[in-house]
Amino acid sequence: MADSVANSTGRGDSSQFLKIDRLSKHFDEVAAVDNVSLDIKKGEIFALLGSSGCGKSTLLRMLAGFEMPSSGNMYLDGEDIAKMPPYERPINMMFQSYALFPHLTVWENVAFGLKRDRMPKDQIAERVEAMLGIVKLKPFAKRKPHQLSGGQQQRVALARCLAKRPKLLLLDEPLGALDRKLREETQFELVNIIKSVGVTCAMVTHDQEEAMIMADRIAVMQEGRFLQVGHPREIYETPSCLFVAGFIGDVNLFNGTVEVDEPDHVIIGSPECRHFVNHGITGTIDMQVNIALRPEKICLQEIEPTIEQRESAAEHGYNSARGTIDGIAYFGKFTQFHVRLESGKIIKASRENTARHEETQLERGQQIYAWWDGSDVVVLTN
Amino acid sequence: MNITKSIGMNGIVRLLTRNWGRRTVIGIPYGFLILFFSVPFLVVLKISVSSTDELGIHFQDLISYADGIFQLKIKLSNYIFLTTDPLYIETYWSSVKFAAINTFICFLIGYPFAYFMARSPASMRPALLMMVSLPFWTSYLLRVYAWKGLLDDNGVINNILIWLHVIHDPIKMMHTGFSMTIGMVYTYVPFMILPVYATLVKMDLRLLEAAKDLGATPWKAFWLVTVPLSKNGIVAGSMLVFIPSLGEYVIPELLGGPSTLMIGRVLWDEFFSNNDWAMASAVAVSMVVLILVPLAIFNKYRADSGGVRGI
Repeated sequence: MADSVANSTGRGDSSQFLKIDRLSKHFDEVAAVDNVSLDIKKGEIFALLGSSGCGKSTLLRMLAGFEMPSSGNMYLDGEDIAKMPPYERPINMMFQSYALFPHLTVWENVAFGLKRDRMPKDQIAERVEAMLGIVKLKPFAKRKPHQLSGGQQQRVALARCLAKRPKLLLLDEPLGALDRKLREETQFELVNIIKSVGVTCAMVTHDQEEAMIMADRIAVMQEGRFLQVGHPREIYETPSCLFVAGFIGDVNLFNGTVEVDEPDHVIIGSPECRHFVNHGITGTIDMQVNIALRPEKICLQEIEPTIEQRESAAEHGYNSARGTIDGIAYFGKFTQFHVRLESGKIIKASRENTARHEETQLERGQQIYAWWDGSDVVVLTN
Repeated sequence: MNITKSIGMNGIVRLLTRNWGRRTVIGIPYGFLILFFSVPFLVVLKISVSSTDELGIHFQDLISYADGIFQLKIKLSNYIFLTTDPLYIETYWSSVKFAAINTFICFLIGYPFAYFMARSPASMRPALLMMVSLPFWTSYLLRVYAWKGLLDDNGVINNILIWLHVIHDPIKMMHTGFSMTIGMVYTYVPFMILPVYATLVKMDLRLLEAAKDLGATPWKAFWLVTVPLSKNGIVAGSMLVFIPSLGEYVIPELLGGPSTLMIGRVLWDEFFSNNDWAMASAVAVSMVVLILVPLAIFNKYRADSGGVRGI
């Protein structure tokens, strides 16, 4: 049975390099991972994103072999790995706190896995040197882990798990232990190294920014299931459900009722305003829906927006609401405004600070109009 | 200017009073040890190198002053006698041997015990730890005596074996090297378990996962990660067992045979049977020196690995 699936998958099928098939893990009747299926392409960086307890770590640990699945199968390059012990899997993991061996030097840490493979000594030396070169740690080879900074330790951990040239690299919160500034620098470096080595990579993170920056594709997880799998832009711009919309980035949500449902547009009424959405939805008249709107898609201005400004909105009064500025938060590269609409609802709108001095300075308590384009509205039907 | 100066003065005063408090806290136990360990030890050291008067009863001062000449008299004959008399050499050797065997057996029993205790569910560990320290609730003298009742020719074990018709005549267990070793291991095994447990329980178990992830079998992971990381505990436990068992007196006296030679017993004999205080003191001083050797090795090891954090 397992073999037939493996054969149908076929060795070398790069779009199903890692195939997870209806995988579940139960802890005392509670499903940590619930019937999850997923294909990861060869050379892809795939991120499992979710808050703590969503099952992402359990899934990663099953891939590493530290947890045995309750049911389901896993194939790596056509090979059934579900029952393989961790030390036989061609998979290496970078641990959240790195788990560097404190009693071994940097060099010995990187060589640890190679020695277990009984690689000839000169080849080990060659490979370790190469790895330390990639992560720019050659001068630190003789140091012990505690003599290194957090960023250096992270690179040792990376070198150690890349040294064996695994088919699959697992990263558990790879940048979680680094401070913010270092994290930003390291994100790109890490991606560059992974891409240059060409290893397929599955990572776990709770940080949506990290997932968006590093991953080719993201799976948003909740309660052991995938809510949405897709490219970062897809997940951000067309979230499939309320949870995904709220989890990734900031979002304004409106409750509304479908009033007009045409193939090329829909009109949704909500207490704040009437929304004109210039794409069709699968729904019926009078259906209750949620409308998601990203803060950066909302424009604020003192005068009422003209029809010319809102190309897509057919008539006056759509996709626009009056309100008062309730709060201003300056973030440097952008400013976020909290706008209290006439209905009492507070929405967030952000404006990029492209110029050093703003011409029209918006102030607290000021009356303004908030408006947005019909194509920027996301309708969540479920 | 004045203000900063007064703050500075206050700071100094505070520093002094704080140091004073610290010194008191450290000073009291040190004072106690100087008074009741160092001073007596110096007395013993002095006796060991002193010559007696004509009657052989009173020890003479090491330093004397007469006719404008200082005289320092140190008698080393006791020490020379120690190194030449086969009895003493044999005793020291036998003591080291018994202490080493005891340490080794304690390690063989204690390490797996500590390992499984550290790897047991966190909720069970306090109970297990309690059971290890439970024997300390009874005087160790009583517990050693209890072994007498078990191992005697007429003791519990022999009686049961005879009653079961396994043997006809009692096995001679009491007053042998066997009974003494049992008593020593029984007494000292907690001193091995506790420090080893302390290092094992602190160990980050993700290191084992990392080792397995990198291709180490569970046994290899144990050997290459767990054992090196528990080295400090093993060394500390071995010292805690080896040092006191080297000078052990009560257990060889109660459980050992007439032929089991231990420094502690020889020391007792020299003091109280032979009344040769000078010789006895020399034996005692030599024993302390003998113990200092492993302690120095231990300290050097600690200093070498002192930089390793998180172990």
